[in-house]
Amino acid sequence: MRQLNNILEGFGSTILLLFRSIGYLPSLPRQFGRFVEQCYLIGYTTLPIVAILSFFIGSVLALQAGYSMQNFGAKQFIGSLVGLSMARELGPVMVAILLAGRVGSAITAELASMKVYQEIDALVTMNIPPVRMLVMPRLAAAVVMVPVLAIIANLVGWFGGAIVSKYTNFISIDPPAYFAALRRFMEFKDVANGLIKAEVFGLGVVLVCCNIGLNTRGGPREIGASVTRAVVTSLILILVLDYFVTKALM
Amino acid sequence: MATAPDVTRNPFTQTESPAVGVTIENLSKSFGTFEVLKDISFAVKPGEIFVLMGPSGSGKSVLLKHIVGLEMPTAGKVTVDRRDAAAEETREHVRMALVFQAGALFNSISVYDNLALYPREHRIGNEASIREKVMHALQILSLENAAQKFPSELSGGMKKRVAIARALVMEPQLMLYDEPTSELDPVMGATISEIIATLKDQYHVTTIVVSHDRDLALNIADRVGILMGGRLVFLGPPSELHEPKDPKVADFLHPKIDLQNPRFKQLET
Repeated sequence: MRQLNNILEGFGSTILLLFRSIGYLPSLPRQFGRFVEQCYLIGYTTLPIVAILSFFIGSVLALQAGYSMQNFGAKQFIGSLVGLSMARELGPVMVAILLAGRVGSAITAELASMKVYQEIDALVTMNIPPVRMLVMPRLAAAVVMVPVLAIIANLVGWFGGAIVSKYTNFISIDPPAYFAALRRFMEFKDVANGLIKAEVFGLGVVLVCCNIGLNTRGGPREIGASVTRAVVTSLILILVLDYFVTKALM
Repeated sequence: MATAPDVTRNPFTQTESPAVGVTIENLSKSFGTFEVLKDISFAVKPGEIFVLMGPSGSGKSVLLKHIVGLEMPTAGKVTVDRRDAAAEETREHVRMALVFQAGALFNSISVYDNLALYPREHRIGNEASIREKVMHALQILSLENAAQKFPSELSGGMKKRVAIARALVMEPQLMLYDEPTSELDPVMGATISEIIATLKDQYHVTTIVVSHDRDLALNIADRVGILMGGRLVFLGPPSELHEPKDPKVADFLHPKIDLQNPRFKQLET
């Protein structure tokens, strides 16, 4: 019962945090420096790991698809399989998971530390709303950068699949044929749906991580516990949201 | 202590704004089943230095948090300048500055940026005037050379002074200090006490200090309140503390070290 209470309380406070952040959106031009800093942290610093993972996910997809399809003579569909899988599912989910592990954990650690060492209280007494200064710029940066990361993940993943398809003996499909298959079965809607999913996941992850950070009480041990809770909650949220958003977009 | 006029002279612009009074009426606060504050009532006059003393865990810091609106009363009311202290609007109308026990400086930015944060966020002046204000506040507290340092590079005494300087930049009408002399050597403790009294004398800001420090209370307070077990057991001028009537207050202010019958042994029985 107590756990259920905590879950409901966490859900409620996260939704409230979202509305309060939206309320501070008009002050975004004044927070432009912080917004750019967060874009750098969320986008630029996450880019290398997104690119590496996307490349290998695309490669493995092509490899597995080629291995399974060679017996059916359906190798020419590898491009469309990799393309659709990356755009509709793996790209957005992978970006969101990386965001939770790399950026979300850092956000929770920073805000939890500020809370525990009374920096948040200091902001309140200075009549500087912590949500305006610490949450809203992060959310806005996530809204802008997560779809960009998802697009890059898609492109690199497709490219990884193309390389594997070309240089693996039992597949041996040239890139023009691979990309032709990719284009034939894929519509703009598939990519757009993936980007909408990435947007929802990104917002969810940043909100959850900010909320857990801002509600931390105690000392250094609780900061660590909050980081763990934020990452685990984010991962669960991504997969739960994935189902519902996918269903809604069908 | 001389009676101060009811105005806060802005240390930076020489303008004047009224110092504010604080009223606490029948304040009670519980955390779960534990009642920290029990029916507390007193008032702090505009421009006064009020020192709140009491043993550890008696609820002093909790009371201070009620005044700045960081805690909500379980029962009773706290007003600052006749406005509800718990309401967000109060902080928009009354400039209150709290000097936290551990400083609560923003560790990821420099001392200069710590001080400049308030005027920047509230768009008070351009960067040149902010720089002037910040350097003036640092100069008042002899911290000019620490401007570009980070909080982690400062000693305990310097952190306290930076926290006071940061509060000063806010041009407060009400200044609150939470244990400003704790964890400091006696000389630095005396220095901080002198700073608090000087700021009040020069700028006539209403000042509430939470402290264990008997010397601070006796030397700079206009009035003293003593909290024990969540209740206000003494309220009066510091002169009355030289020979307190209440034996508990007397023991708190002038504890005798009794090696034959130590207190911790009495607690055990």
